[in-house]
Amino acid sequence: MRNLYTWLCIFTTVCAAAAGDVLIALAMRRIGDLGEFRHKHGFLAVIARVLSSGALFGGIFFMAMAFFSNLIGLSWADLSLMGPASAALTFVTNALGAKFFLHENVDRRRWFATIFVCCGVLLLTRS
Amino acid sequence: MTLRKYLVLLAVVVFGSIGDAFLARGMKTAGSIDVHHLTHVFTALASPWIIIGIFCLLAFMSSYMTALSFADLTFVLPATAIGYVFMALLSRFWLHEHVSPQRWAGIVLITVGVGIVAGGPSRTEHPSKIDPSAEVSANAAGDRP
Repeated sequence: MRNLYTWLCIFTTVCAAAAGDVLIALAMRRIGDLGEFRHKHGFLAVIARVLSSGALFGGIFFMAMAFFSNLIGLSWADLSLMGPASAALTFVTNALGAKFFLHENVDRRRWFATIFVCCGVLLLTRS
Repeated sequence: MTLRKYLVLLAVVVFGSIGDAFLARGMKTAGSIDVHHLTHVFTALASPWIIIGIFCLLAFMSSYMTALSFADLTFVLPATAIGYVFMALLSRFWLHEHVSPQRWAGIVLITVGVGIVAGGPSRTEHPSKIDPSAEVSANAAGDRP
């Protein structure tokens, strides 16, 4: 039964982390390069600009959900299972989210990179 | 990609890995959480390991947001996966743990994946980002006889 709960936690972590990543990436894309923005307008203007983004707060909400789900999962399972399993699955869901919601150019090169990293993380877990 | 941008990606890797390790340590000392009392997870927030882990993850979050401001999500995520390689190399050469051939194969795959994505462009340029005034003047120049 604990195994089921652990995988439920991994599933929740993956979905919430992907939603959080996509929303935060959307917010940061709308804001633009923070380094350039800081050079032009100063550090306080960067903070004000970042905190005025609604998508960012949505992203942080989902990241917090992923954080607590991960924390609960860590109390049941080892980091060596929770960490890589959720990370490997998050790579794939994020690539899909980036392609369909952020309209990023997820070309063959990025799919290969995602699959290589995903397989590598799984090999690290299973050994 | 400038040196500053590579340093931001390095900060994502370092703070993310250390933060996760502190959280895992904290949750092991806090003990197992009962399914019927999930709110007990908040009591774990009093653990010093968890507090240090949260501070590391806040640093991770700010560097991650900075990275996403200049690069695509599908670039940042595989590029920062090199953290898994650092963790495995640290465990082998610093903690003298045994790293199996399967784990070395995993390290090679991640390194190849990072190499593939790092060789490509970091940002997708959307048509809406192109300066409209420049586009209008270019069209006007093209319309001239």
